[in-house]
Amino acid sequence: MFGFGILSALIFLPLIGALLILALPGDGEATQRNARWIALWTTLVVFGLSLYAWAQFDTSTAAFQLVETKAWFGAGLVYKLGVDGISMPFVLLTTFLMPFCIGASWLSISKRVREYFIAFLVLETMMIGVFCALDLVLFYLFFEGGLIPMFLIIGIWGGKRRIYASFKFFLYTLLGSLLMLVAIMAMYGVAGTTDITVLLNTHFASSVQKWLWLAFFASFAVKMPMWPVHTWLPDAHVEAPTAGSVILAGVLLKMGGYGFIRFSLPMFPEATQYFAPLVWTLSIIAILYTSLVALVQDDMKKLIAYSSVAHMGFVTMGLFTMNTQGVQGAVYQMVSHGIVSGALFLCVGVVYDRLHTREIAAYGGLVKNMPLYAVAFMVFTMANVGLPGTSGFVGEFLTLIGAFTANSWVGFFATFGVIFSAAYALYLYRRVIFGVLDKPAVAAMKDLSGREIALLAPLLVLTIYYGVHPGPILDACAASVDHLIKGYDAALSLTKTAALALH
Amino acid sequence: MTPFSFSIAHSLPEVVLAAGALLLVLIGAVRGEGSGRLITELSIGLLGIAFLLLFTELKGKALIWDDGFIDDAFGRFMKGLALIGGLVTLIMSRDFLRREKIDQFEFPILLVLATLGMMMLISAQNLIGLYLGLELMSLALYVVAAFQRDNVRASEAGLKYFALGALSSGMLLYGASLLYGFSGTVSFQGIATALHGHASLGPIFGLVFLLSGLAFKMSVAPFHMWTPDVYEGAPTPVTAFFASAPKMAAVAITLRVVMTAFPSITSQWQQIIVFISLLSMAIGSFAAIGQTNIKRLMAYSSIGHMGFALVGLASGTQTGIEGVLIYMSIYLVMTLGTFAAILSMRVGGVYVEKISDLAGLSRTNGTMAICIAMLMFSLAGVPPLAGFFSKWYVFNAAVQANLYPLAVLGFLTSVVSAFYYLRIVKIVYFDEPAPSFDPAGPVLTGVLVVSTLLVVFFAFMPAPLLSAAAAAAKSLF
Repeated sequence: MFGFGILSALIFLPLIGALLILALPGDGEATQRNARWIALWTTLVVFGLSLYAWAQFDTSTAAFQLVETKAWFGAGLVYKLGVDGISMPFVLLTTFLMPFCIGASWLSISKRVREYFIAFLVLETMMIGVFCALDLVLFYLFFEGGLIPMFLIIGIWGGKRRIYASFKFFLYTLLGSLLMLVAIMAMYGVAGTTDITVLLNTHFASSVQKWLWLAFFASFAVKMPMWPVHTWLPDAHVEAPTAGSVILAGVLLKMGGYGFIRFSLPMFPEATQYFAPLVWTLSIIAILYTSLVALVQDDMKKLIAYSSVAHMGFVTMGLFTMNTQGVQGAVYQMVSHGIVSGALFLCVGVVYDRLHTREIAAYGGLVKNMPLYAVAFMVFTMANVGLPGTSGFVGEFLTLIGAFTANSWVGFFATFGVIFSAAYALYLYRRVIFGVLDKPAVAAMKDLSGREIALLAPLLVLTIYYGVHPGPILDACAASVDHLIKGYDAALSLTKTAALALH
Repeated sequence: MTPFSFSIAHSLPEVVLAAGALLLVLIGAVRGEGSGRLITELSIGLLGIAFLLLFTELKGKALIWDDGFIDDAFGRFMKGLALIGGLVTLIMSRDFLRREKIDQFEFPILLVLATLGMMMLISAQNLIGLYLGLELMSLALYVVAAFQRDNVRASEAGLKYFALGALSSGMLLYGASLLYGFSGTVSFQGIATALHGHASLGPIFGLVFLLSGLAFKMSVAPFHMWTPDVYEGAPTPVTAFFASAPKMAAVAITLRVVMTAFPSITSQWQQIIVFISLLSMAIGSFAAIGQTNIKRLMAYSSIGHMGFALVGLASGTQTGIEGVLIYMSIYLVMTLGTFAAILSMRVGGVYVEKISDLAGLSRTNGTMAICIAMLMFSLAGVPPLAGFFSKWYVFNAAVQANLYPLAVLGFLTSVVSAFYYLRIVKIVYFDEPAPSFDPAGPVLTGVLVVSTLLVVFFAFMPAPLLSAAAAAAKSLF
């Protein structure tokens, strides 16, 4: 179509949907209904298209596929898209979660409905673009561009401290990203292009690598978020509307991890090796510290937000072990966390829509009047804990194996995180679901509606399915991860022999 | 000696503007008061003709009028920008002047004369031409700054601008005389030849004074003090004019002077440019945070943006100059769009200029709100808007020239500046609505929407601007 491929279509379809909504006249009841339906259909079509892309995708090779290139800014900046085994799962995760976000906002968003769905569709464009971009500047463009809709989503439809949260979110991320931008310019100076496929085969001097690595780290660590730059996340999560939290936890956090796999690890192997202990240390602190912090929260969303930081700690730890189990586990953990934490935020949204508070103490005894909800919430809580048989287990287990192989102390400390996560998750579950049903407002709450069941059921099925059958995701990324680790080892042995030859 | 007709052909826009301005004075004098409307329309036409003539001119490079005036791609590019700035602000000012009862016929003529001064300035090839252009521009600007003479603040603005402007002209002249004394010539090429190989302290002194004078016109720190007061006090269309056209001319002549007259002492002027650039970015970012008046805020914003633009010049390379040209073009579009929005801020027939007047605009005027938001995000340099690419080009040039500290510090200040641009978005989108604005009329809305569209869709069609800027930058080397 117009010389564009599937990936371009994936990126621009949501924009077309946004334009359609923009063209709707007025702000009446009918317009709002139309806006909802257009948004839902757009995201569904995009999801369908991404499945088609997935069907075209060949998992046996590590090369970039569905590649399309167009001249863009001249002088090395190209419009280049493509996916490999690492980015494809994230594209699918994004397109999969979007219809749920729209569904979750169906009734809870009643003011400025049109703008809301436009913001979400623009956000989808940016997110898919991040995972498909094969040009650093194009990547940066989508990476940063996502800030605009997210800023508006938190700021307009958020809770009480929305303004503080939206500013913190925006400025934190911008600060990290601009340092990365300087690094991108420096890499452009070395390679003369920002084409990622070329940069992946460019060797950077070791001293330069360390600076570049740090600059990229500044951006991805904030986005991830890693301790100690995670403080924007609880604020953003708490204040964002339900769907905003879902997309934040489900996709936006994954951009940091994706950035590490796509850029930091393969492009700066020596710096990666040099800084790995630093990342491990920060990851372990994140896992232990934020788990303990999660234990004392009285706000449901804040608790889940801190647990996200802890889970992302497993991801960074796994990535920097630089062995197959660790990296694959990290990818798995990200996808699984995307589904599970998204679902958990949806669960919070369900009760929030009824009682308009996120305070844990306001609930209790829900199992009596909301049995279906109790079941759904239990499965996702267990997946969050990492119970075998749920998707959460596979990722944590693999990253822990990777960590033990790379450095057993790292593995040793990280394992405590699993125990802590059980503590805070079960404690949350007990306080919300069990106990005495003595609050009249809580007792009056109805169980899941048809729409809510439709939202939670697919996520529930996937959580269990990927818990017992992790093959699809692991196979998808296997070839690319192998390629990544081989390249990493080769680069390191090359510098080692060069160093020996100098002596 | 070049033939007269050749010279005329290469400076046709200037000649047309000069003759046209004189003719307009005559018409105004004959028809007396009340001819403001007609003269405004004619001035718009005149500027439009000059703009079109830029493209029909002979191509290539020509040194004319006793080698004091150069016609090249660089000059045509910057003149185009200055003319767009003048033209659009004049079109936007019509309603304002009529409502505020200052639509005398002198106003458009002064703008035309200022624009003529800018074009002379942009094309200046020796110190005399530089000074002539600069003064023609400045004298007209002094008058329009104080044009609302019953308004105390406007008069104060005009006086302040005049006093400080005269000081800066003095410094510039002093620098020029030093340069002439040490090199024995006023021509830029001559100075370059004289300095080649043996740069003594004298010419460097001269250069410092010359750059100080130019820095004043660009309103970069530490010569920025007049900017907030004048921006706030002057009538809004005049502020819009100040923020757009004269900046183009001042930046253009700065680029031309340092690149053609001082290529042999690059490391000397580079330090100065790095310093004023950093200082401007810092002041532009930090001082704007506490502002409550939107015109004052835009003044600090423009100081910051000039600092960003100079990052490209600091690199001293052709890609750096290209970056500055791209930066100035995009900055022009964003500024004109923003001032179209400011000119639309009218409640019950009274022009308002507090930032809080924009509160909740998204509820009362969705189109204007989204335009302002996009322009603010673009001014903050958030991709995929045009403002990001302008920053990319100047900073990329700086990084390629190994000016890493400048790039890193510059980006840090841009995070600070993002804060106050976001504040405007916050006020427009998150706050409870203030009284809604009167209908803005097709002209202002048109300018606002067109500039927003340019900013948003630049990423889809960057090629025309890039190639024009590349050709213009090339002609300077």
